[in-house]
Amino acid sequence: MSEHEHDHDHAHDPITSDGEPPAAARTRALEELLVEKGVVQREDVRRGIDHLVSRSPADGARLVARAWVDRDFKERLLADARAAAHELGLDPGPSPVVVAVENTETVHHMVVCTLCSCYPRALLGPPPDWYKSLPYRSRAVSDPHGVLAEFGLEIDNDVELRVLDSTADVRYLVLPRRPEGSEELTESELADLVTRDSMIGVAEPVAPAPA
Amino acid sequence: MTFQPGDRVRVASRAHQGHHRTPSYVKGKRGRVERVCGSFANPETRAFGADGLPEQVLYQVCFAQEELWPGSRRHARDTTYVDIFEHWLEAE
Repeated sequence: MSEHEHDHDHAHDPITSDGEPPAAARTRALEELLVEKGVVQREDVRRGIDHLVSRSPADGARLVARAWVDRDFKERLLADARAAAHELGLDPGPSPVVVAVENTETVHHMVVCTLCSCYPRALLGPPPDWYKSLPYRSRAVSDPHGVLAEFGLEIDNDVELRVLDSTADVRYLVLPRRPEGSEELTESELADLVTRDSMIGVAEPVAPAPA
Repeated sequence: MTFQPGDRVRVASRAHQGHHRTPSYVKGKRGRVERVCGSFANPETRAFGADGLPEQVLYQVCFAQEELWPGSRRHARDTTYVDIFEHWLEAE
């Protein structure tokens, strides 16, 4: 810890970040209190966590692959991603509005939540640690090209880079461009090319193996 | 609903005590309403145990990168889209 100003004696223990992180301690204390007061059961908490971590980017990838092979579905996905997810039997999660945005030859989208870690968890699973990190959250808006370069993605000068900051109730999912050379692939083979990062907009989908 | 897509707006530059969902980097900045997202419970009161009613209209507002970060090196056409509640927006 750095030096800090004092107007008191040191009656307390040193304030350090050793051991349990403050947020974890606060969460544990809150959970204990809620259980003690009978607001929630420990089993509810465990089940909720299990549900959150059971989700994966595979569901989002199914939406993308279907949109790549079915133009009408793509239009419905871009108009209302929640309804499109239901159409494929997927759970779009509790967010009232899920918006899919399409990357094209002229526009590239990337998603950030500068205020916390808003993310379409039901369709993509838990967000990666870097998505929740302060450097990503601040630099995605102030230096998006620099961030993308660190992910290995260069955006051409004639492409509009559009950063989506999900500050409120809307969750955003990027519909990446279908890779060249994927014309012969089946829908499920296409879904295998769609990575989590490509649906956040910090990467392109995986290139198909040469035929 | 006060604003329509295409309307020019400015984000209020006021400070706010307590939880709110308007990031500092857009306060006082000018943008354009891109879409009306719907009406949602107000997070500023909901964060403190209230019901968040009345709901507030939420807008997606488009900002030019040059407006948000003037003078820095970036591509002229780059944009940032931020979801902002109506009571933080003023007609420009």
